[in-house]
Amino acid sequence: MTGPTFLGPALGLSAVLFSLGVAGVLLRRNAIVLFMCIELMLNAVNLTFVALAQLHGASGYIMVLFVMTVAAAEAAVGLAIILAVFRQRQSVDLQNINLLRG
Amino acid sequence: MTFIHAVWLAVALPLAGFLVNGALALWRPRAKGLVSVVGAGVLLGAFAVSLGVFLELWREPPHVPIVVRLWSWLPVERLQVDLAFQVDQLSAVMLLIVTGVGSLIHLFSVGYMKEDPGYARYFAYLNLFVVFMLVLVLGSSFPVMFIGWEGVGLCSYLLIGFWFTEKANADAGKKAFIMNRIGDFGFLVAMFFIWRTFGSLDLAYVTEHAPDMLLPGGAIVTAITLFLFLGCTGKSAQIPLYTWLPDAMAGPTPVSALIHAATMVTAGVYLVARTNVLFALAPLSSTVVAGVGALTALFAATIGLRQYDIKRVLAYSTVSQLGYMFLGVGTGAYVAGVFHLATHAFFKALLFLGSGSVIHAMHHAYHATHSHDDAQDMRNMGGLRRYLPWTFGLMVIATLAIAGIPPFSGFFSKDEILAAAFARGGDIPVYYLFYAMGVVAALLTAFYMARLMAMTFLGANRTGEKERAHLHEAPWIMTGPLVVLGVLSLAGGALNLPHFVGGHAALERWLEPVMEPGTKLTRLVMPEGSTEYLLVGAAVAIGVLGLVLGFRATLRRPILPARQAPADTGFGLVLNRKYYVDELYDAVVVRPFAWLSRVVLWKGVDQGLVDGVGVNGAAWVSRLAGGGLRLLQTGQVGIYVVLFLVGALWILRAVIR
Repeated sequence: MTGPTFLGPALGLSAVLFSLGVAGVLLRRNAIVLFMCIELMLNAVNLTFVALAQLHGASGYIMVLFVMTVAAAEAAVGLAIILAVFRQRQSVDLQNINLLRG
Repeated sequence: MTFIHAVWLAVALPLAGFLVNGALALWRPRAKGLVSVVGAGVLLGAFAVSLGVFLELWREPPHVPIVVRLWSWLPVERLQVDLAFQVDQLSAVMLLIVTGVGSLIHLFSVGYMKEDPGYARYFAYLNLFVVFMLVLVLGSSFPVMFIGWEGVGLCSYLLIGFWFTEKANADAGKKAFIMNRIGDFGFLVAMFFIWRTFGSLDLAYVTEHAPDMLLPGGAIVTAITLFLFLGCTGKSAQIPLYTWLPDAMAGPTPVSALIHAATMVTAGVYLVARTNVLFALAPLSSTVVAGVGALTALFAATIGLRQYDIKRVLAYSTVSQLGYMFLGVGTGAYVAGVFHLATHAFFKALLFLGSGSVIHAMHHAYHATHSHDDAQDMRNMGGLRRYLPWTFGLMVIATLAIAGIPPFSGFFSKDEILAAAFARGGDIPVYYLFYAMGVVAALLTAFYMARLMAMTFLGANRTGEKERAHLHEAPWIMTGPLVVLGVLSLAGGALNLPHFVGGHAALERWLEPVMEPGTKLTRLVMPEGSTEYLLVGAAVAIGVLGLVLGFRATLRRPILPARQAPADTGFGLVLNRKYYVDELYDAVVVRPFAWLSRVVLWKGVDQGLVDGVGVNGAAWVSRLAGGGLRLLQTGQVGIYVVLFLVGALWILRAVIR
């Protein structure tokens, strides 16, 4: 059992990871990298859940399992979309994908 | 008590006739035989039911009305209105008149409308009219009466504009409908007042509690009755809303006979007689009713003096006679009003159907020679007694009846009204004036009827050389109903034979339970002895004088056919143009209203406010907002993420705080 003393560093690490993820999503143009940054954010949140579960009981662990399931599903769908986009355009650069412009 | 509880059959039969004939009009318009059997058959059935109801009442006259409840119509908290029919002495009399005269006119129509392409549609409308008229006379509460009141107006509109391909006919229908709407507004307001005052709209309840709950001569009862009377002026064509009735002659002649002479236009008289207790409690309103009636009787009779269209003379005569009925019910002689309603239904239906027979013959003659002369203009007639002997003989009976010559029916009813007005003059002197107006109107009535008969049937024929050979009497299906109506016009006075000729005032005694609440309050003492004989003598003398003057004035010099006749001049022109009342209404009401509608309501409110500010304004705001917000949609995922992040942080801030 890890003691509550690790709570602060764990949350700090989680915040750092999450911010890295957000920065990646904002700054990078490659869809694969962007996708990986999203995974990073999800796992940062997972870390928060695990850390706080020590204080608030098992629901945090259960939540992590849900997040992992959703992340797996999201990975499947997201990668499929990226693959389809690549087949269509021979590129995964998001700057070129702007059909929704109003 | 079988027929009374089956009184709904009298309504249901014509309704079934309407549905069948309506369906035939849509899908089998040429099945004229079937239409005739259904159209006239349901009316005869309804008449049989009415007769049964009447006989049952005769055997055991009830003191309170028998209410036949069908179903609950408007159950809204305290407002409980049932669809129920009220059977009493008055509604039984009206039932007989409506279905009896209605049956005869349906039979006449079989011959009159035989060649019309809209035959099935005609009978469908006519059946529907009878349905609503019966609902009107049978309704046990004001709202149920109002269904009939509105329904007969609708049917009147449909039948006036029956030949709607001609714009004048369609316009006449619209005019009738709109004029009636003005009156209906009065009826509605009166109902609101009654509901506020009584908390009930039941006729029986209102009749029973009115003397306790209302202050005699008070503002409330005066308002109620005046608004009710506004409704009556619309439906029964009294001043100021009478102008639609002469135009209503655009419809087929049997329609004029049924709706615009015998039944629908008498609905106002029926309403006043039905709510007699309210009018008896409001002497001011009663005086207004009598005054408007007397004025209308005189005014319309003068216009009738100078009309050339045979149906228009009869139309103004109807307006005038309706004025008499209102003079009667306004005076407090409710029975006399209803009595005149009944006799008028007989002799005016006969006059209209007779004129229909004349027009039928004239129309056929002109049709055969492809002439475009007016088949209704009396200047084109003359000497028709040789070609239409039956019609002539029967119309003579009706003329004598309407002129008030004993022993014909109109004499008794008109005399009773005039005598009542004279008697009331003892209490309220203004009634002497009304009496005098009634007497002058009686003189004019006899005059214009004599003129009508002389121009139509006497003298030399002016139809035209070629056309003369085609003039012929109508078929028996048309003359048959005329004969029945002739007998009724002759003997109708027996309904209420006064005491001075050895009668027992049967109608008066029969209607006593219905009229008692009102007559108890008005306490009208009819003249007796020498005064009575003097009044009767004066009435007869006036009638005879009018007839003699009318015949002499008309036959004094030869009449020219309409094409060659000189235009009217002077006062004759004013009368011929109906005192320019239509023009006056047009200038004072119609044109300003049309201007208001066009300039203010259409151009200003509709196009300016609703279209401009409302519809186009909303579109403009949306477009502007959309144009601005569109710029946010760059299609760049990065921008979306930034916005999303900003939003998420903003929400986070709000939650943490």
